[in-house]
Amino acid sequence: MHRDERNEVVEIAADMATGVSRREFFQLAGTGLFIFFATDPMAAFQEPSRLPGRPSYPTDFNAYLRIGGDSRVTCFVGKVELGQGSKTALAQLVADELDVSLDSVDMVMGDTDLCPWDMGTFGSLTIRQFGPVLRGAAAEARAVLLQMSADYLHLPSVEQLRVKDGVVTCAQDEHKTVSYAKLVEGKRIERHLDKVPVKAVSAFTVIGKAPRRKDALEKVTGRARYAGDMTPPGTLHARILRPPAHGATVKEFDTAVAEKIPGVRVIRDGEMIAVLHEQPDIADRALGLIRARFEPPQPSEDDRTIFDHLLKAAPPLQMVDEKGSLAEGEKLATRVVEETYLNSYVAHAAMETHSAVAAIEGGKLTVWASTQTPFPVRQQLAQAVGFTPENVRVITPYVGGGFGGKSASRQAVEAARLAKITGKPVQVVWDRAEEFFYDTFRPAAVVKIRSGQNDAGKLLLWDYRVYCAGEREARQFYDIPHQRTQSAGGWGGGNPPGLHPFAVGPWRAPSVNTNTFARESHIDILASKLGRDPLEFRLAHLSHPRMRRVLLAATNQFGWKPAPGPSGRGVGLACATDVGTYVATVAEVAVNKSTGNVEVKRVVCAQDQGVTVNPDGSRQQMEGSMTMGMGYALAEEVHFKDGAVLDRNFDTYQIPRFSWLPRIETILIENPETPASGCGEPPITTMGAVVANAIFDATGARLRQLPMTPARLKAALRQG
Amino acid sequence: MRRSISFMLNGKPVQLTVDDDRMLLWVLRYDLGLTGTKFGCGAALCGSCTVIVNDEAVRSCITPVKEIAGKRVLTIEGLSTNGHLHPIQEAFLNHHAFQCGYCTPGMIVNAYALLLKKAHPTREEIIRHMDDNLCRCGSHTRIVDAILEAAGSTKGGA
Ligand code: FES
Ligand code: FES
Repeated sequence: MHRDERNEVVEIAADMATGVSRREFFQLAGTGLFIFFATDPMAAFQEPSRLPGRPSYPTDFNAYLRIGGDSRVTCFVGKVELGQGSKTALAQLVADELDVSLDSVDMVMGDTDLCPWDMGTFGSLTIRQFGPVLRGAAAEARAVLLQMSADYLHLPSVEQLRVKDGVVTCAQDEHKTVSYAKLVEGKRIERHLDKVPVKAVSAFTVIGKAPRRKDALEKVTGRARYAGDMTPPGTLHARILRPPAHGATVKEFDTAVAEKIPGVRVIRDGEMIAVLHEQPDIADRALGLIRARFEPPQPSEDDRTIFDHLLKAAPPLQMVDEKGSLAEGEKLATRVVEETYLNSYVAHAAMETHSAVAAIEGGKLTVWASTQTPFPVRQQLAQAVGFTPENVRVITPYVGGGFGGKSASRQAVEAARLAKITGKPVQVVWDRAEEFFYDTFRPAAVVKIRSGQNDAGKLLLWDYRVYCAGEREARQFYDIPHQRTQSAGGWGGGNPPGLHPFAVGPWRAPSVNTNTFARESHIDILASKLGRDPLEFRLAHLSHPRMRRVLLAATNQFGWKPAPGPSGRGVGLACATDVGTYVATVAEVAVNKSTGNVEVKRVVCAQDQGVTVNPDGSRQQMEGSMTMGMGYALAEEVHFKDGAVLDRNFDTYQIPRFSWLPRIETILIENPETPASGCGEPPITTMGAVVANAIFDATGARLRQLPMTPARLKAALRQG
Repeated sequence: MRRSISFMLNGKPVQLTVDDDRMLLWVLRYDLGLTGTKFGCGAALCGSCTVIVNDEAVRSCITPVKEIAGKRVLTIEGLSTNGHLHPIQEAFLNHHAFQCGYCTPGMIVNAYALLLKKAHPTREEIIRHMDDNLCRCGSHTRIVDAILEAAGSTKGGA
């Protein structure tokens, strides 16, 4: 049966006092077998211990497993379920190593009171970093339980023991049997993970299968709860007065009319002016009645002038990679091609807007938040309301999409401040305009490439400079003897003030979309200038076996027929690396030259991500990646001027929809020898280039700026 | 205007005293506690808030409660009967036609409206009917397959 994990969480929570010390924690967590482990060697040191207040958890582990006397295995991790399926995939890892059924594994995720510290869920890190250690922990647990079984059954060693579904049996005498639950009943056993061999890939029974997702039933019945679905008794809903532009300041405001609505409360706290009511729509109505005058900010960039500004204002270039000598390359090169590639700001636009509910009871603040970073948010909240972190609990229910955009969680702080002032639970759910306004966009970026070849077309020189996107995967993977890769600025911190007119941040596969669009467009340009087939030209410069394999797999399945572009067929390809995963995509498009509309008809993507934990989950992520990637390729672009974000809803900001849907085919390369790497992001990185290359193949028009809107395509067609 | 409004909700009569200009979405979610219906845009641009009113799919974020007086409203919570999932829910489950799941109630409910009108839609008809329901996770291809399966239509449509 499906167990209501929320209830379980609440039960455990009831046991746990605020602010537990290590010793208290060990006592409070109850009986059973506990395996504590760190998810990566650095994890333990990432807790910002210098912040006020002592972290409530021991710092030498950041996840643990409990095998309880109730036959349940519970895994407590600070990661969150954003839709990527990690709740299922992580449970599969545990089930396989422990030899228990998947159904008996519960995941408690993203709750700062119940789970040890974790830096956040992003960058396809969950399985890649977490997988091996989680498996190790489960294997350790199994080893401990086997030893206990041998003692219990009076057997000289564990050799003869077999385990199935959490029941240990002696192979020679099937009457000698005992369950995990029985072994740990009423006991308290603690182990810290040392080094334990994990199972060989060939012994997996749960990993590599595609069981029903653990969140499936709740999600198809509407029972899955998100932060905005939480309404503790007495909840007030807050709407907050927002400036019309970043940098605008409120000069005058009049709330008299708004306050006439029965039940409305207006609160001013520092720069925040909020309207609260028991019903969110009435709070919203009242907000609309506030008259306010804002002083506009200094005029600044808009979505056309931004690229020149970025080149001028970017911090100095930093070396990312260097091989051979550029001077030597310049000497040898007889054909030099220089190009510039641009991409616009792009929004995350998850369907769930930033939401949070904050409630203070007995000096303790509890916040349910849609966030990718519950633990950092706890610190932020503690500072904002002046509580110690021990007295702040962040609970992350299901999150309605993140894509990097829910790393920042301003809404949680707003809810907490208002809850403190009103003494009531306060819910803050952003509307779509707020979501666009405060989004941490994927940065607009510029890439400049200077390449050189000899008369035979061999690439000898590659000088690559990326501005403002970040260096992830900027490094060249084609074989080029003389090359240099440099990067200036990025999506993270450290940019000079004023570089961007609003916040920027990680966006699904940060940096990699920009870098792959530039590199793979450029390689295609070089191939077509030489009259060579784009696949053959790539293979001639690629020795990496995994990259060659994905390229060949994707093109084989597609039925790639060699021809130099533009062939008029509208086919294109692109390949990429993304944190250890190799991916190649082939696309076919149809271009309407009079409207400038592009229809993507078919996309075939091959991915090598090492071990596949859950093939269906991986395919889901690949399909989602490709579908989402059509947006930044063809339509998504944030319009702005003088600090105002002009896109406020899905009318002007178009995201992919059913009618855009191509035929999607996914290929998972079997590579069980290589540890699992990320699968949630790689295909999206190829979508800009693969569509650009297919458009070129269809029309001969080369687009060097994303998104490739009908207007840009028509302009490129006019230029011929 | 504040007044008493009666309607059928998931097969049961409901009577409420509310400001009748308020949008059904908020009344469902916060007055009646049916949080399966989601807010995504507030402007009939995303479909997250889709519910059925007298057999038609409507956007509850722009539907004032006065318009549903005396009508039948069906939400995601009302689709399964006696613990049995509706075939569309089964199909979404089997195909894993969701990721974050936030758009899912609106998708399922809108698909339900389609199948009421047309028991065996083609792939193209499904796409046309579903086109204004947005999904950021990119579950579209599985959603189409799930609806085809629920409708018992041959895969690939006409
Ligand atoms: S919330 Fe109603 S259509 Fe988006
Ligand atoms: S499943 Fe996340 S928006 Fe559709």
